[in-house]
Amino acid sequence: MPITRRLLLASAGAIAAPGLIRAQASTPIRIGEINSYTAIAQFTLPYRKGWELAVAEINAKGGVLGRQLEVISRDDAGKPQDAVRLAGELVNDQKVDILGGTFLSNIGLAISDYALQNKKLFIGSEPLADALVWEKGHRYTYRLRPSTYMQAAMLVEEAAKLPAKRWVTVAPNYEYGQSAVKWFRTLLTAKRPDVTFVDEQWPALGKIDAGATTQALLAAKPEAIFNVTFGADLTNFVRQGNTRGLFEGRAVVSMLTGEPEYLEPLGEETPPGWIVTGYPGEAVDTPANRSFIAAYRAQHGEMPKMGSVVGYAFIRAVEAGLRKTGSTETEKMADGFAGATFETPFGAAYFRTQDHQSTLGTFVGKTALRNGKGAMIDWHYADGAKYLPGDDEVKKLRPG
Amino acid sequence: MDFLLAQILTGLASASSLFLVAAGLTIIFGVTRVVNFAHGSLCMLGAYIGWTVLSHTSRDPAAFVGGVVATFAIVGAIGALLEATLLRRIYHAPELLQLLATFGVMLMIQDMTLWIWGAGDLTLPRAPWLRGFIRLGEERFPVYDLVLIFLGPGVLGALWLLLHRTRFGTLIRAATENRDMVAALGIDQRRLFTAVFALGAGLAGMAGALLLPSGSANLHIDLAVVVDAFVVVVIGGMGSLPGAFIGSMMIGLLQVFGVLLLPKITLVLVFLVMAIVLAIRPNGLFGQPAAATAQAIARWDFVGPASSLLGWIGAAALIVATAAPLFTGAHVLGIMTEAAIAVLFASSLHLLMGPAGIASFGHAAWFGIGAYASALATRWLAAPLPFALLLAPIMAGVLAALFGVAVVRLSGVYLAMLTLAFAQIVWAVVFQWNTMTGGDNGLLGLWPPEALGLRGYYWLTLTLCTAASVLLRRMQRAPFGYALRAGRDSMPRAEAIGLPMVHLRLAAVTIAGAAAGLAGGLYGFAKGSVFPGYAGIDRSVDALLMVLLGGVQTISGPIVGALAYTMLYDGLLRLTTAWRFVLGAAILVLVVGFPRGIAGAARVWHGR
Repeated sequence: MPITRRLLLASAGAIAAPGLIRAQASTPIRIGEINSYTAIAQFTLPYRKGWELAVAEINAKGGVLGRQLEVISRDDAGKPQDAVRLAGELVNDQKVDILGGTFLSNIGLAISDYALQNKKLFIGSEPLADALVWEKGHRYTYRLRPSTYMQAAMLVEEAAKLPAKRWVTVAPNYEYGQSAVKWFRTLLTAKRPDVTFVDEQWPALGKIDAGATTQALLAAKPEAIFNVTFGADLTNFVRQGNTRGLFEGRAVVSMLTGEPEYLEPLGEETPPGWIVTGYPGEAVDTPANRSFIAAYRAQHGEMPKMGSVVGYAFIRAVEAGLRKTGSTETEKMADGFAGATFETPFGAAYFRTQDHQSTLGTFVGKTALRNGKGAMIDWHYADGAKYLPGDDEVKKLRPG
Repeated sequence: MDFLLAQILTGLASASSLFLVAAGLTIIFGVTRVVNFAHGSLCMLGAYIGWTVLSHTSRDPAAFVGGVVATFAIVGAIGALLEATLLRRIYHAPELLQLLATFGVMLMIQDMTLWIWGAGDLTLPRAPWLRGFIRLGEERFPVYDLVLIFLGPGVLGALWLLLHRTRFGTLIRAATENRDMVAALGIDQRRLFTAVFALGAGLAGMAGALLLPSGSANLHIDLAVVVDAFVVVVIGGMGSLPGAFIGSMMIGLLQVFGVLLLPKITLVLVFLVMAIVLAIRPNGLFGQPAAATAQAIARWDFVGPASSLLGWIGAAALIVATAAPLFTGAHVLGIMTEAAIAVLFASSLHLLMGPAGIASFGHAAWFGIGAYASALATRWLAAPLPFALLLAPIMAGVLAALFGVAVVRLSGVYLAMLTLAFAQIVWAVVFQWNTMTGGDNGLLGLWPPEALGLRGYYWLTLTLCTAASVLLRRMQRAPFGYALRAGRDSMPRAEAIGLPMVHLRLAAVTIAGAAAGLAGGLYGFAKGSVFPGYAGIDRSVDALLMVLLGGVQTISGPIVGALAYTMLYDGLLRLTTAWRFVLGAAILVLVVGFPRGIAGAARVWHGR
């Protein structure tokens, strides 16, 4: 076999190939993404469409650090133990550079713990648990969405302005509901020592006995209600509350209810005047939001939901962190992501250095009925940076 | 006073809608003896189909009634189709195999519903008459709830008339009493069974459509509904319609007053009541002792020792497994650790299901208790790994023994349901007792000590799991195992020759519980965390799947099944988001095609 120049080049290439791969000039940056796509489809399917859009946009413009982004996505079936195993697969077999995603708090915490143990960067996109960046926080974990504490703080700001003194709470009986109520009570009592909480209801998640719960709340004769139920529980609760007159003449402050995922099913039953956190969609007439909605509709043919915004912002946050760090080495990223500023449909946000919480906020406004559908009015954007405790407090909350 | 009245009426309304689901379930069980896990899925389908139908009709009461009746018919037809294509093939399979098949159907319906109707909750705008209320003094009470209150007894009455005043009803009652006799009299059982299943499915579908005015069609209805319906049916006595009605009333009122008095533990309360009822009346309030179990047992084979070929395969597999850390990566090692634990978990359940003939639908209880015993010891007592691991089987064993004392005299489906109830109580306590267990967020950071490393922990797990599994196997061929088998095949004869069956069965429950507890403890450290889900229904189903996949009638079954299931599940989860559909279909293929499981099929094939 004559040794041609082509053969020589080819064999040189073959020998050098592993080295070339290590040089990473052309291989994509791999993000291992884990989420509850089957267990919580309502929120996570729009979320997936959101990150798909961001990946397409970034790659169309040449990627990050000269490399394309590749997301390898896994469904965790809603089980933390499966999520941990998939994280192992993504890290060890797929050789991902970054772990990210998760919706349920317990899965977020489990992956975060895996990330600490295996020294891998984890960007928790959706879980709300405070522990993720505080009690269980560590250098390898960042979190995107405003936490339970932050959303409660945003609502307390409005709740404190109400004349109401007799409050009741209703929350699903698990960690999220319990911490939301804890923070709301603590923060509101600090601002308004004159308020009292006269009853609390703890329906089991997904199994609310709405009629009985409504009746029990009515019996406490409250002036205002703090609600944490969401999804199917919320629909049942609102319908019973409407019929039984629970919301008439009472202020209601409610977590997440303004998010399209939860507001849309309420339809013409949307009780007006609830103070909620959420996403008013097209009504937010900023260039960032307008262009996001246009691009999202062009790609997916539907309106984005809250999950879409989170998915989109998640990839934008990773992009910004990578650009700031200039490397995909975990230790460098663990430091480098802190302070990275990224653009989201809600405006710019950054990852805080002291606790790795992003300053992405959410909208606070009132519910209203528009053409037989629920909508948010009188809203303003609550910047996450303003609703976090002081640095000394954070130090106490975050031992690691 | 008005308040109390309103609360009672509210309880009666939710009792009524509960009864509609439970009525279908209990009728189906009474005649076909199938515990239909997909019943909640039929209810969910009813909600979605009802939504589709009702959003195309006008909003007056007549159209609403028409829509609900149409939903009844459509879901009934789906039920008939399901019976004719699937259930008809598995009437002679053991009860748990049938339960598993319907679980497979549930998984498939979950994915299909998502594909057809999408992920969002679907709601129906309420017509003004559905939003109306009456006044009870100061309290307002929804008209629709009032309608529901009358609907429950109405349906009960209609079913009573159907059962007692028509020929079809007479046949149903006859088949509930003794289906062989009905067959012997020349009645076409196939048509009867199809009709009964269609009726039950239709009732579930109707109940689903009736959820719409007070809630939504969503993807979580199936599990939420089916567990409650089980509780109601078991309390009332399986197959008993009046029992289901009384059971619904009890649970409905309990929920309402639970909300008032003990709002934090409503979840536990329901299962507690079920456990108490079964402890006092082992067949439920109106249930008859099941006569069908004798048939199922007649087909049990004698379980012999492993053939030498199998012994060599096992030894070779063990050598490969021991050497594995030297040539595999971290991820494969992680899966192998899980597989080793799964083998022990499945073997422990097999001891109950195989030789002891104790059907357990809540084996995850012991797994969860073991995991939490280790985790809590590590968290609160800073216990070192060996001590924490030791605590897992001890705690699980002790609690299994206590539980065993209460249930060891029960058998069949009631025992399975009581194990389910206990597992749900464990789950609910762990899930809601935030301060102690970390609740839903679990307990984290339980990694084994650095010095041990991933490999060290794998070897430790492999050693403990292999040793315990071998011990469990050995027991089956010891006098203890033979005595258990004697009791399983004929309780009166076994007792007549002087075998202390109550004590032997109690010992089996304790040993199986302790072994599952050890598996749970090891699992917690392998994952670095424990969660309430470890005691959840899914986990119990995992164990059942492993045992049935391998084959109950062979001693190697649980080992083969555990390995196969771990690989199958992990692969499916990675390959496709439609894993529920594929897994459900795989379960159906297995149940229909290989009712003896992999090891059973291999033995038949090898024996030729």
